[in-house]
Amino acid sequence: MILNLVCGALLTIGVIIFFGAVIGVLRFPDFYSRMHAAGISDTMSTNCLLIAFAVYQLHDLSWPNLLVVGKIFFIIAFISLTGPTSTHALMHAGYQRRNITSSRPRKKRKRALTEEEA
Amino acid sequence: MYSILVFILLFSIWIVFSGKFDLFHLILGVFSASFVTYFSSDLYFTDRTIGFGARIGQLFRFCRYLVWLLYEIFLANLHVLKLALWPKSFPEIDPTIIRLKTELRSNYARYVLANSITLTPGTVTLNIVEDTLFVHAISRKAAASLDGEMERRIKDVFERPER
Repeated sequence: MILNLVCGALLTIGVIIFFGAVIGVLRFPDFYSRMHAAGISDTMSTNCLLIAFAVYQLHDLSWPNLLVVGKIFFIIAFISLTGPTSTHALMHAGYQRRNITSSRPRKKRKRALTEEEA
Repeated sequence: MYSILVFILLFSIWIVFSGKFDLFHLILGVFSASFVTYFSSDLYFTDRTIGFGARIGQLFRFCRYLVWLLYEIFLANLHVLKLALWPKSFPEIDPTIIRLKTELRSNYARYVLANSITLTPGTVTLNIVEDTLFVHAISRKAAASLDGEMERRIKDVFERPER
């Protein structure tokens, strides 16, 4: 009973965070901010969902079930390592190219006059 | 000495992944773990000047650091969620790039710092050049969270001065 409650609460939190991440990806103004929003789904919500699965496995305590819990924690460790790395790789690539444009409308800048026009 | 440690680590991972305890699978595990240990044990703990007791102390302090980091991630998550879901907080978004000097010396500690910064929502490490980290923050509040607390804790874990 308590396990079910904990499991359901974790699943709900995970789904809410995922929802926020999706909204963030759609709403945030430029590429980098959107990567931030995608980053939350990596760290928190996936971990919440996976921990919920692990808690659900504890319903009948047996040796194979505990091993499954161990494997789930391995997955959490891998995600916590690879998620930031991929976020960093994408943002670093964007930073190096420097041509990621903002989706927010920019003020039109006056073009500097060339020598012939002046 | 360290190769035995690597062997024990690999073998315990084998046991968790296989989940079978009969003789055949255990012997297979011993074979494969010792094979991997033979050709790649020098990749796992690169700095071998640290003693064994210090290594275990590092492990405990690192676990304590992970608990603190999880709490920080939770707080930062709430902040980014608020930015995404609460329409009035939209003007708070103010992407900036911050230059952060670290006092951490070893590459591994710098890697842990950069990864922790990226793991915390709202701040992402763009690049590391020597001892300078370029960090992209999504808002003023996220930028203010980079006040050196994290670096101090990592320094306490990996580069504690000897007494």
